[in-house]
Amino acid sequence: MALLIYQRETGLKTMSEFLRNWLTVLIFGGVGILLVSVFLGLGSLLRPSRDTPQKRINYESGVDPQGDMWSQANIRYYVFALMFVLFDVEAVFIFPWAARLEVYGLFGLVEMFIFIFILALGLLYAWRKRLLRWV
Amino acid sequence: MMIIASDPLLSSDIGFSVVAIMLLKVVIAFALLMVSVMLVIWFERKIVADMHNRVGPSLAGPWGILQTLADGIKLFFKEDLLPERADRVVFRLAPYLSLVPAFLSFAIVPIGGDFTNGGDGTVSIFGHRTLLQVADPPVGILLFLALSSIAVYGVMLAGWSSGSKYPLLGSVRASAQMISYEAALGLSMATVFLFSGTLSTSGIVSGQATWNWNLVSTGFIPFIIFVIAGTAELNRPPFDLVEAEQELVGGFHTEYSSIRFALFFLAEFMNMITMSAIAVTLFLGGPNGPILIKQIAWVWPILWFFLKVMAFLFTFVWLRATLPRLRYDQLMDLGWKLLIPASLGWFLLIAALNIGEDRGWSTFLIVPIGLIVLSLAALLLNGAIKKAKDSSLHAADLSEISEGVDQ
Repeated sequence: MALLIYQRETGLKTMSEFLRNWLTVLIFGGVGILLVSVFLGLGSLLRPSRDTPQKRINYESGVDPQGDMWSQANIRYYVFALMFVLFDVEAVFIFPWAARLEVYGLFGLVEMFIFIFILALGLLYAWRKRLLRWV
Repeated sequence: MMIIASDPLLSSDIGFSVVAIMLLKVVIAFALLMVSVMLVIWFERKIVADMHNRVGPSLAGPWGILQTLADGIKLFFKEDLLPERADRVVFRLAPYLSLVPAFLSFAIVPIGGDFTNGGDGTVSIFGHRTLLQVADPPVGILLFLALSSIAVYGVMLAGWSSGSKYPLLGSVRASAQMISYEAALGLSMATVFLFSGTLSTSGIVSGQATWNWNLVSTGFIPFIIFVIAGTAELNRPPFDLVEAEQELVGGFHTEYSSIRFALFFLAEFMNMITMSAIAVTLFLGGPNGPILIKQIAWVWPILWFFLKVMAFLFTFVWLRATLPRLRYDQLMDLGWKLLIPASLGWFLLIAALNIGEDRGWSTFLIVPIGLIVLSLAALLLNGAIKKAKDSSLHAADLSEISEGVDQ
């Protein structure tokens, strides 16, 4: 046990500062998972369970559910998911550039204009193709 | 040039006291978040009740302040139902995916510390200097964006795994809405990074120490976009199409009951607090403010921070009581056709201004030129929208006429 603690401590000492910052995030995330688990565990201890088949039926405004639920549904919004990927990747490129604006100067500015122009063309294309319209 | 802001607590060797401080911060943040969620739910119900000319919760505790606690305890004792057709594993996993990111994103919020007059925002505990935030990773804001993306999974999977129709519709709506507005949210933040030069939250706050809040220096537009996109990201009214009671019953959590339902509710209000706190950090100077009484100097930043967050929370409640819900096509139009182009255009304008200042260009020339270019682009955009609307209206008329002919 003492050896384990010793190893852990030396491990922490040799860890880079960058990783140490994430360690706290990790601990906090662990507390979050613990919170949910404790709530669910406490709930399962406290609540009654008088299960009847009727209670397990899906809610459909009070009437019996119609049809098979696991049928295929037309997800019309998948285009938005594709567009989101486009703009999220764009953000990944824009953020570091924005944080280091002065270093790249005018050259970087012109390049960013071109970059965003191309992406705007993509958005316009989707618009022209009527993909942004909700049907 | 490389400024990697980070917590001085972790720069030295990690001993027992450092670990103790880390755990102390985690515990304080946890308690703070739980208590504030409890109070915010009460606050929202009370304010909305006032705006509706009702009394609101008034029986549990003084002014009904313990109402949330009473509701929570009640939900612990309720039967937990698992729908027959549900996907059991995913159904149980979804509350984790919803609450843990909401909880975790509070870690990067600096809630206090004096950054003014050359202060570095640290306070001294047990002989160690540390920032008043749980963690300060160099890419803090990116972490926030990543976590809010993970939260989409929670909502999406909760609705899908229920094996029911209303939740499926609600979750599909929710994910489309949240990802659409997350793009606008991220792009409106980019303008802040032009001024702060870092993505770490403490760095952003210390960049606003001399009353030069990003709200003013980025020219208000990114802030407005951030608040609108943030409200949509939180699925708060007027963007609450996700749980539109009149159309979708309860939305993605229709089939959830007992404490599992409460966890989604908890996550929603945690997200609301965190979004307010991030908005304060990015645009309103975080905990920066005048230090009025020097003897208790450490109290003031915390006080200012909470006052600013309170103002945001009140605004969210106010919006809920005032505005009617948007239609789905209006929502998507606002996000994709207005907010994203506007935030991109404004970002480029501010970037050009900053570069111009560095290179000694005349500001008197750039501002009008930039504004003219922007307004030209806006005019073009407006024209395009109008044309699209006219043609779609025209198409609708034609189809109606042809239907009439058929009959």
